[in-house]
Amino acid sequence: MVPTNYYVILSAILFGLGVFAFVFKRNIITIFMSIELMLNAVNLAFVAFSQALGKLDGQVFVLFVIVVAAAEAAVGLGIIILIARNRQSLNVERVDLLKL
Amino acid sequence: MSTFLSSNAELIISLVKIALLLFIVLTVNAYLTWFERKVVAHMQSRWGPHRVGPHGLLQPLADGVKFLFKEDSTPAGADKFVYYLAPLLALALALTSIAIIPFGPDPIHLFGHDIYLGIAPPDLNIGILALFAITALGVYGIALAGWSSNSKYPLLGGLRSSAQMISYELSLTMSVVGVLLIAGSFNLKDIIANQTSTKWGIFGWNIFPQLLGFICFFIAAIAETNRVPFDLPEAESELVAGFHTEYASFKFAMFFIAEYTSMITVSCLCTIMFFGGWLSPFPASWTFTHYLPSAILLPFGLWVIWDGIRYETIFGRIILPAVGTAITALGAVFILFPDVNTFIQGPFWLLSKIFIFLFIYVWMRGTLPRFRYDQLMAFGWKLLLPASIVNVIITSFVILAKMQWGPK
Amino acid sequence: MTAPLVVFFVLAALAILGALSLIWQKHPIHSALSLIVVMVALAGLYLLMGAEFVAAVQIIVYSGAIMVLFVLVIMLLNAGIEEHTSISKLAGVPGLLLVIALAGFIAATIARSSETVQAAMQTGAISSTKGISNMVFRDFVYPFELTSFLILVAIMGALVLAQREKS
Repeated sequence: MVPTNYYVILSAILFGLGVFAFVFKRNIITIFMSIELMLNAVNLAFVAFSQALGKLDGQVFVLFVIVVAAAEAAVGLGIIILIARNRQSLNVERVDLLKL
Repeated sequence: MSTFLSSNAELIISLVKIALLLFIVLTVNAYLTWFERKVVAHMQSRWGPHRVGPHGLLQPLADGVKFLFKEDSTPAGADKFVYYLAPLLALALALTSIAIIPFGPDPIHLFGHDIYLGIAPPDLNIGILALFAITALGVYGIALAGWSSNSKYPLLGGLRSSAQMISYELSLTMSVVGVLLIAGSFNLKDIIANQTSTKWGIFGWNIFPQLLGFICFFIAAIAETNRVPFDLPEAESELVAGFHTEYASFKFAMFFIAEYTSMITVSCLCTIMFFGGWLSPFPASWTFTHYLPSAILLPFGLWVIWDGIRYETIFGRIILPAVGTAITALGAVFILFPDVNTFIQGPFWLLSKIFIFLFIYVWMRGTLPRFRYDQLMAFGWKLLLPASIVNVIITSFVILAKMQWGPK
Repeated sequence: MTAPLVVFFVLAALAILGALSLIWQKHPIHSALSLIVVMVALAGLYLLMGAEFVAAVQIIVYSGAIMVLFVLVIMLLNAGIEEHTSISKLAGVPGLLLVIALAGFIAATIARSSETVQAAMQTGAISSTKGISNMVFRDFVYPFELTSFLILVAIMGALVLAQREKS
């Protein structure tokens, strides 16, 4: 059997890579995808602990996380389409009309 | 060597099964194209391929050779990685879905090991969900193919086709929920086992309680596999050739094989979930129906021999009687060896029903006109999805009523 | 080196390579494909842990529907290769430090924990799907209804946001 620590360390690494992608990338869609990567890392931790403790609560919560991620993706991509239409660019640094 | 074989027996059995099934599926695909061209041609009062071999039977071979030797051009400015990935993805996913389907109930006992007909283990608890997962990933092959060709018509065709596939995927999965509620399991073997009946076998099949579910599933499956009447994204007169316009030779053949393989998979699913899979429609007491495979194969083999002797070309006069003799010998084997006969009953019924569904697919290709794209999307969202949801609601009510007031 | 451990390392390497590829690729569609690879690898890990229903839902919903949405939007908006200004290259350095600090802190805390949470043996009494459906429709039925409402709100929001103005 694979120890649960291994899964949680993998989840931490993926979460860290998601954070790095969020900070480093400049395309709005890629930034949004890094949020999905972070959510996936958290799902992995949930399922790992669900298996370790022998309860199914973690897996039920993973289902809810996936549903919320779907809703968020739908609305977020709608906003991204509007930004692309209004600013004619997908570079997040061009969305700066509220800057001083 | 023998210890290596015996210690890794499962692995070697699986590898042999995979190789065999791959070969069989690809051959069936090739001859399905021949079958389609012949049947559509005869429906249109013409002959179809009849020159390349006897009755055109070597036409798939000629097509394969043509695909291998055609010039393989890549459009300028295409994204190379995605352009090569798309047909690979489509084909790999379509062929993987065949691995989950069980082809017979009983295992073969060989060298002390039980070999089940079908690659996935028989206790795969998420059988149908795994099939839907592979179907869900199949959208990528088409979307990426359309986009990576760097050209207008493929992009439009790819976008339309992927939008169509994800819309009808919802109705596809919803229409199966009724069957799952009745069977209580995702396992394909359990679903078939749930359809047995003590009287005539046909009354236990899921088609009778789930007629609406079957209609929704069949229509959604045709839309999923991009066949007529839902094949606007790849229609010749509309969008040049849709998402596979810029694909030449072997990559186009990969898309082709993927489409026909998903057709075979969907026919398998229809028979397993709604028509009893490998169960016979006759009562179990009618043991004389066990001779039905032989009763079909023997006369057919004799007819092939008789037709081959009178054929025009010399090549046909040699090949057709040989094929006919093989078929007759197979029919004779089933009469002479009773345990082979009982073993072959399950696969015989399954394969016959799959063949009937494939014929219905081809029949629709020869008969129906295609939907316009907005009619297609309106039909999927406004008619089919509510119908499948109504099916789920009615099925749940009936199950609850049976639990509450039915026989204890 | 037991078989589950080997499978774990292969899938974990695949997931990490996919995440690194997400960061490294210049074109958003390649990043999307890398993210799909990560999700499929994670579904394999869920299967390894015995959570078969969650693995199937991950592939059907997450990589088969949500990522399709991403890919279609990237195609629709014709996203090109992304441009990096000097500010973004400067932000890479603190980003890298942040990541190493975060991941390193979590990993070190876990590695140092003396009582390793050993995986409990699968009881096998309640299969994954039956158990999950029992929990969702009995203990968690209220959040379940709320999520259906949430999806309805999301659908309406997406429709309103993406429609063209009637000029």
